[in-house]
Amino acid sequence: MAEPVIQVRGLRKSYGDVEAVRGIDVTVERGEVFALLGPNGAGKTTTVEILEGYRQRTGGEASVLERDPAKLDRPTKARIGIVLQSSGVDPFLTVRETIDMYRGYYPHPRPVDEVIDVVGLSEKRDTRVNKLSGGQQRRLDVAIALAGDPELLFLDEPTTGFDPSARRNAWQIVRNLIALGKTVFLTTHYMDEAQYLAKRVAVIAQGLIVAEGPPATIGGRDTAQTVIRFRVEDGEGLPSLGQVPLGDGTLELRTEHPTKVLHELTAWALDRGAELEGMEVYRPTLEDIYLELTGGEAGAE
Amino acid sequence: MSDVALALRQVRYTNKAFWRNPGSAFFTFAFPLMFLVIFTSLLGSGTIEVAPGVFIKQSTYYVAAMSAFAVITASYTNIAISVVFQRDAGILKRTKGTPLPGWAYMGGRVLHVLIVAILLVIITSAFGVAFYGADVPSGVLLLKFAAVVVVGAMSFAALGLATTSIVPNPDAAPPVVNAIILPLLFLSGIFIPFGVDTPEWIRTVARIFPVKHFADAMRAGFYGAPFEFLWRDVLIVAIWGLAGLILAARFFTWEPRK
Repeated sequence: MAEPVIQVRGLRKSYGDVEAVRGIDVTVERGEVFALLGPNGAGKTTTVEILEGYRQRTGGEASVLERDPAKLDRPTKARIGIVLQSSGVDPFLTVRETIDMYRGYYPHPRPVDEVIDVVGLSEKRDTRVNKLSGGQQRRLDVAIALAGDPELLFLDEPTTGFDPSARRNAWQIVRNLIALGKTVFLTTHYMDEAQYLAKRVAVIAQGLIVAEGPPATIGGRDTAQTVIRFRVEDGEGLPSLGQVPLGDGTLELRTEHPTKVLHELTAWALDRGAELEGMEVYRPTLEDIYLELTGGEAGAE
Repeated sequence: MSDVALALRQVRYTNKAFWRNPGSAFFTFAFPLMFLVIFTSLLGSGTIEVAPGVFIKQSTYYVAAMSAFAVITASYTNIAISVVFQRDAGILKRTKGTPLPGWAYMGGRVLHVLIVAILLVIITSAFGVAFYGADVPSGVLLLKFAAVVVVGAMSFAALGLATTSIVPNPDAAPPVVNAIILPLLFLSGIFIPFGVDTPEWIRTVARIFPVKHFADAMRAGFYGAPFEFLWRDVLIVAIWGLAGLILAARFFTWEPRK
């Protein structure tokens, strides 16, 4: 089996007395989209910037494209595209000139116009960078990172500050990258973003990875208990299924066998001609799991 | 592409962006000419005693002085302020993540500064010839003069790079840069010529820093006699430039300061 594109074991980073990353393990396989999901200050950017070569780790092992990210050589750098959380470009060059300038740094760049099309900036080809909107500048960031035709792409919070439609557009761009066969390492604090884009997600909180897996099963989401809530006028003879009354008279029960429980409940209700009012059946969303894992800091801006 | 070709390519883009920034381009070019006009209008009819018994016209004096000022503005001031801006805007950080070697990027900027400096010297001289009847150097003198311009522009550019390491953010760049360069300009005879009665302590301070040596070499390279062209002046400027390069290599940062 091929070497993983990124392999991290026990990665640590301290700033003085503060430990921003406290020993994390991450493996990213070729062609995979991996998301590091966590609230602000959880250690996402520190982690990604160690892998990009901007910061030196204080402990643990790391390899990126089979190199130590602390000392990436030029040929390896040429295989990596980076979208930083915030970074600038010269405001007085046009979109095309900017991409062309960065292309020139790489041995096998992609054609300028092709890159512009991938990120959907064709209309703005000859516009100066200082005339672009925030979302367009972010797309330019992605275009620059793609210009050298990298195998591995780092995207550090690519859609933070976007409105919903801009985020949809950005996601489409990332999906285009997946279609190009790129390996993508994404950080985000949006659950839906991780769910929509990533094949595998690791949730980071306070410098530790607290859960890892595909979005559908992460944090035991697939095996977690289903919650059923309902109200009844007269609960006489209601089978005892472990329901507990909530404050407003609603009954709630949690089960690993929702089909059986629902069958018993509805059979009872039909027998008596009663109604299970306001019935809700739900499984924990990724957001619930995330809030639980990160101690309720989700979405904290 | 070879690294040198990469650096040259960088010059092209730097140049493109430079001319599209009207504020920066205008002031880089307008300041020296503006000062030349102001100083010669204020003082142009007089003469300066540059050595005991040796007098020259003020207007002639200022053509060379403003050429020196133009080179310093284009190299030191321009590099220090614009590189801090680029650092703070995250442009340098992005560049650092690409395979482009850092020196090729900075080399491109320094070469661009050299081109701008040469252009400025040509314009200032042409202005001096057209309006003040200044003599332009020729022959060996021209070669010496060219050497001074090249060594000066590159050395002051290197010092500008070194200065960025003590500038915390772009707002602080102009005050810090001016606080360093303005006193040295006044202590160099560029704005106010040294006369026979200039105090000794000013001469001593001026001898330590590179600005006076550069101004002297520019003047001697421009006029020849009665000024004495000393390679020692050029060497001192170059040593300062080398020191700037070493400091920049040691303390320069590619990431915005928090």
